[in-house]
Amino acid sequence: MQTEQNSPQKLVCEASVEIRNADGLHMRPAMQFVDVANLFDCDITVSNDQNVVDGKSIMQMTMLAATCGTQLKIKAEGSDAQQAIEALRDLVEHKHFDEPTPKKNKRNTKSG
Amino acid sequence: MPRKSKFHFATASKYENYAMEIKKGIAVSPGISIAKLLIIDSEDYRIPRRSIMPSQRMAEIQRVRDAFRAAIDQLSELEAAEDDADGGKIKDIFAVHLRFLHDRSLRKRITDLLQSKLVTAEYAVSVTLREIASHFTKVKDSYISERAADIYDIERRLLKQLLGGKREDVEHLTEEVAIVARELSPTQTAGFNRKFVKGLATYAGGRTSHTAIVARSLGIPAVVALEDLTACVIGGNTVIIDGNRGIVVVNPAEQTIRQCEEYSHEFVELEHRHGAIRAKPAITRDRVRITLLGNIEFPDEAEIVLQKGGEGIGLYRTEFLYLNRESEPTEQEHYQAYAETVGVFKHWPVTIRTLDLGADKYTQSKRFAPEPNPFLGLRSIRFCLQNLTMFKTQLHAILRASVLGQVKIMFPLISNLQEMKQARMLLRDVMEDLDEESVKYNKDIEVGIMVETPSAALTASTLARNADFLSIGTNDLIQYTLAVDRGNELVSALYSAVDPAVLRLIRTVIQDAYKAQIDVSVCGEMASEPEYIMLLLGLGIRTMSLAPPMIPEIKQIIRSVTIEDCNNLARKILGMNSERQISNYLRDAARKILPEAF
Repeated sequence: MQTEQNSPQKLVCEASVEIRNADGLHMRPAMQFVDVANLFDCDITVSNDQNVVDGKSIMQMTMLAATCGTQLKIKAEGSDAQQAIEALRDLVEHKHFDEPTPKKNKRNTKSG
Repeated sequence: MPRKSKFHFATASKYENYAMEIKKGIAVSPGISIAKLLIIDSEDYRIPRRSIMPSQRMAEIQRVRDAFRAAIDQLSELEAAEDDADGGKIKDIFAVHLRFLHDRSLRKRITDLLQSKLVTAEYAVSVTLREIASHFTKVKDSYISERAADIYDIERRLLKQLLGGKREDVEHLTEEVAIVARELSPTQTAGFNRKFVKGLATYAGGRTSHTAIVARSLGIPAVVALEDLTACVIGGNTVIIDGNRGIVVVNPAEQTIRQCEEYSHEFVELEHRHGAIRAKPAITRDRVRITLLGNIEFPDEAEIVLQKGGEGIGLYRTEFLYLNRESEPTEQEHYQAYAETVGVFKHWPVTIRTLDLGADKYTQSKRFAPEPNPFLGLRSIRFCLQNLTMFKTQLHAILRASVLGQVKIMFPLISNLQEMKQARMLLRDVMEDLDEESVKYNKDIEVGIMVETPSAALTASTLARNADFLSIGTNDLIQYTLAVDRGNELVSALYSAVDPAVLRLIRTVIQDAYKAQIDVSVCGEMASEPEYIMLLLGLGIRTMSLAPPMIPEIKQIIRSVTIEDCNNLARKILGMNSERQISNYLRDAARKILPEAF
């Protein structure tokens, strides 16, 4: 996570996250992402290789069509930028939207 | 179960001026209903004025805001009222729609358009949402492309607010209606009041469409892939929906209504007497035995075939195992479905057709690049021959189930000998696998094909030498032969089972089967049509597989005719060269045999 300071009040934070749940960023995860993003005041943008979209817009987030394994860059600009980035990363990478990750035989320690 | 619906004489006289129209489609849920017509058609929203004066800008923007607010309130109520019964799926849909409506970039896009082009609120909403929807449909991922349907749903909701609810509201019905629409979405049908919705008819859709599924679970008749009705319908017209024969009658004449009520009455009586006719054999007056089998999709339809007096399954469609799910079915899931069905029939035949998907939304959405012409593309057996793991899984399960009864395998859309040999070779491979696994199966299982393409029909003699039976799939055979898409209302009038070209092909197949001394049957919808039975018998058919609700009626026809008369009729028909002449002749002949089978 990178933190810069553009102005006294404006923090800019960026982070790279990976979509980990098996079904990718479909309807429900997109909804969860947008709900979390909208809790914060800062501006949030999300980008993949081709597009940059508004992280608070469900319309735009669904358009990203991010499948499992896709890398996304989240950029937050504002006083609560750091909290926003942390919350979003937690949702995407740790909770993976409360959805199952794909089963990988090599990596599993136990079944599941 | 059909019920006698109330018939409003007032309605009939009011619309006396409008001619009666009979439109054909695909029957997907049995029964007959007579009710008032209720049209739901989003594409028919007439967007009144296109442009506005600069001074009206603010007022129009406020209209947009008000419409959004009202739609949000409505959806919030609906979301709260929905329970988690079906896994919260409908609740989720409403939740997503709410997010879309709260999305500031959406509203901004609409109001920007309104301001820059000086257009009405309706126009701005409609154009913007359709742009977004088309953007979604272009994306390859099926999750995303299906969001287009949600966008159209939202458009409908907003337009309803803006146009002041001029469209009929399904949620506030007070009398019995039959609903006609282009197609019906889950959110629309979720609002249906079962007490008042008596029948469904859509222009789009197929046997496994959402409309079919909902109608069957509600127990109301439904017809899909309907010819265009929009020219002759007005909301409030009386309409008959015949879910047995796939017919919709608009503005029926009084006589037709009476006939229909009698027919549905008789249908009910037949239901009561089904014990009697069920036990009677399907035998002609000159003592020729005909075998009547059922076409099914779901294992629980097997019971219905038995109840109606069917003697087995002539076509067990296996596509349902693959639909409405994200992963492929496991071998065990296949086996369980087949075992359940075979268990109902024990010693009677169950013919399982291997996967026939391909030219449909399910497989097209899974493609990397959708085919430009799916109907002529990688579908059905071709799809299977290119997806061997999946195909072998199905064959494995069918073979395992073959020890439980009299199971037959049928390969669809075989168009040449090569394909047939490939399929049979794969079957042998799977048999070897089972031998290695020491799993029992019927080594002498009968293997046949569906004749559905002109190429197969014309070379039936060759195919017959390599098959244990042939089954004529008239639905697709007609489409391919006449080059007509029966779901395309612009040309669907050309689709006819009794076009001279089609009849010649059917006759060729039957003759070639006889020469090769193998069984031949008809399993397409043609066998469910009372008017065509005499012709089929006269052409040499002795086995038919049809929609279970029609078995009693078809049996009645068989018991009322002689093969001699049927042969004479067929000979005459084969000498005619006009489809119209043929169908008129058949209708007259049918009326003479059974006046109530109009």
